[in-house]
Amino acid sequence: MFSLEHLVDLPLIWYALIIVAVLLYILLDGFDLGVGILFPFAPSDQSRDRMMNSIAPFWDGNETWLILGGGGLFAAFPLAYAVLMPALYIPVIIMLLGLIFRGVAFEFRFKATDRTRTVWDYAFHFGSLAAAFMQGMIIGAVVQGVAVEGRRFAGGSFDWLNAYSVMTGVAVVFGYALLGATWLVMKTDDITQAWARKCAAYALGYVGFFLAIVSISMPMMNADIRALWWSMPNLFYLLPIPTGSLVLIIFIWRDLQTRREVRPFLCSIGLFLTAYIGLGISLWPYAVPYAVTFRQAAAAAPSQSLLLVGTLVLLPIVLGYTAYCYYLFRGKASHESAY
Amino acid sequence: MLDGISSLTLARIQFAFTVSFHIIFPAFTIGLASWLAVLEWRWLKTGNTIFAEIYSMWVKIFAVTFGMGVVSGVVLSFQFGTNWSVFADKGGNVLGPLLGYEVLTAFFLEASFLGVMLFGWNRVSPRMHFASTVIVAAGTLISAFWILSANSWMQTPQGFRIGEDGLLYPTDWLQVIFNPSFPYRFVHMVTAAYLTTAFVVAGIGAYYLRRQRHIQHARVMLGMAMIMAVFVAPLQLLLGDLHGLNTLEHQPAKVSAMEGLWDTQKGAPLVLFGWPDQEEEATKFSLEIPKLSSLILTHDLDGEVKGLKEWPPDERPPVAWVFWSFRIMVGIGMLMIATGLIALVLFLKKRLFETAWFQYWCMALTPAGFIAVLAGWFVTEIGRQPYVVYGLLRTAEAASPVSAGPIAISLLAFIVVYVLVFGAGSYYILKLIAKGPRVQEPIYGDHGISTPPIVTTIGERGPQHV
Repeated sequence: MFSLEHLVDLPLIWYALIIVAVLLYILLDGFDLGVGILFPFAPSDQSRDRMMNSIAPFWDGNETWLILGGGGLFAAFPLAYAVLMPALYIPVIIMLLGLIFRGVAFEFRFKATDRTRTVWDYAFHFGSLAAAFMQGMIIGAVVQGVAVEGRRFAGGSFDWLNAYSVMTGVAVVFGYALLGATWLVMKTDDITQAWARKCAAYALGYVGFFLAIVSISMPMMNADIRALWWSMPNLFYLLPIPTGSLVLIIFIWRDLQTRREVRPFLCSIGLFLTAYIGLGISLWPYAVPYAVTFRQAAAAAPSQSLLLVGTLVLLPIVLGYTAYCYYLFRGKASHESAY
Repeated sequence: MLDGISSLTLARIQFAFTVSFHIIFPAFTIGLASWLAVLEWRWLKTGNTIFAEIYSMWVKIFAVTFGMGVVSGVVLSFQFGTNWSVFADKGGNVLGPLLGYEVLTAFFLEASFLGVMLFGWNRVSPRMHFASTVIVAAGTLISAFWILSANSWMQTPQGFRIGEDGLLYPTDWLQVIFNPSFPYRFVHMVTAAYLTTAFVVAGIGAYYLRRQRHIQHARVMLGMAMIMAVFVAPLQLLLGDLHGLNTLEHQPAKVSAMEGLWDTQKGAPLVLFGWPDQEEEATKFSLEIPKLSSLILTHDLDGEVKGLKEWPPDERPPVAWVFWSFRIMVGIGMLMIATGLIALVLFLKKRLFETAWFQYWCMALTPAGFIAVLAGWFVTEIGRQPYVVYGLLRTAEAASPVSAGPIAISLLAFIVVYVLVFGAGSYYILKLIAKGPRVQEPIYGDHGISTPPIVTTIGERGPQHV
């Protein structure tokens, strides 16, 4: 049977690949969910049309990364998938329902009459908000650990729900709002852009605040994480991560006061990246914190090998034509119905 | 919490509901994407703007349908874990990579190039736009390839071994992917999707003809759809028969349920109609044609056909569901073949586009494909019960450790949301149909043909320039 296990460390490679897929999802769907979160606060209906058009060609592709994250987890770490999904049953279902509302809104609102368009504007907003909030709560629940017995989830239906996960839920909503606002600074002009700058500055303040809370609370909640971060020489090696976050926040803040259009978005991505790396280091080497490591959860070597070959060939192609689409639809978005 | 209804039953209802709802959309978009590619090709080839106008009407319907297919499909990719985690754990080694390949080879392709297809008119050349349509159409077929391979493996598993830990491990990927029922199921489903689309298009075309609107466009729609009815509907009967014989070889209990036969017998009759009674192990009030079942299944008047009593009661599928779904599917298939024959006769009499009763007939059959597709899936999915992986893992053993309360609430939420959202979607599609094709849309803008080189059609506005 074809297998690469003697050549490479398959579980490690797949752990890295899933982490990258989830990161790409957070960044890509993050900005379009963010646009949905900001949607009802836009200065005019024309602005809203413009916001919608700025993401309409991309949202479907962006959401596909979520399917890759879910499907990839199922393929490469079936045990983690089989434990996490029942554990997160309610937030996952609410997230999916939210994604349904916002996904159909793209098509429906351009076909609706002026009166019913409002319904889909709100479907888009609340769908995006619910999906973002649930994703944040899922992160908050997972970092607190999942109860596992044998190969099954052994906790209760509401284990995921507590003050901490609500806090991380709110944090992710503001984080996505920041990504969405800086995206709009890049993709729009005139009053929409001016408004987006204000939103970005506002969201940035909250993002900084929540980042600080999470950074302080994570080591307090778990002894291993505390030992990891607050020991020499680790502290020294890991210091660039919080420092990087701080520098990026300052950059975004200053750029929003100037006429810069692209850099705030790139720096927001950078800020998500540093936060994500910090989180990743804390959760290493778990696939289900703090019960199942990625090695324990790994699929059989032939399964991971088969999909790895496909991924190595196909992922660059996927990234290639995704980049082509972003290039094709470059420039400022218009407010007219596009097709 | 919920008396009498177990979390297992609720999980089964939920999956049946969400997957049934989902399949409606791919069944339509697989056919629609291929048809759009043909339309755009005809347009680029002939320069006849009728094709472009039909394209730009149907691409909007395609976009709405595709959007609903995407969002209802994302749900499924998570439900294997949320509701069937034991199945996900045991089967993950085998099925995971197949679904992974579906995402990598099909989903990204469709999602990215759909953007070009919808929004790229003024940004890419006509050739590139056509390529995008073809890529999206190919994506729908590639997606069908992987998901039907995975489904077929659950029906006819091979190329694996059972580990000491009770998990399934792949031993031969080609055997897994090209498992015995896969080629039949794949071809049968794609053909079904093409027919579904053809009958929707035929129904809308007939509606326009009846209303004396968009006559030029309507003739193209009805004409192209009837080509499918004439040639593909009979082919589907043949493919279905082959699929049935394959099922007889690998899942004989399913075929016995389809036939409503309880006793093993030589020269088994074909039960046309009847009422299968699971408790009494008999099909009551049956109307039978002697020996026909043996002839169809064994190609011998006195061939032996196994009855359901060959299997212990807890190994039998719910017979009435399978029996009736099968009859609905076959019945609609026969109506489709009849439609093709009528169309052929009318065409030869040069009255295909003028016969009022045939237009009503086609309008009545607009949803026929969807019903047949659902009925067909009911046959194959209920017919393989009580197993989720045939012969290996029972559905009852595959469920997640989630209590009935959350499942009941989520089931209710899915029903409410799907009815609301997809009701609205259907409403917008009906609005697009009521609006009809817009004549002479300058869809290629600065980049391409603004006036077609040759127009030889005689439209409802009278003869046009040549």
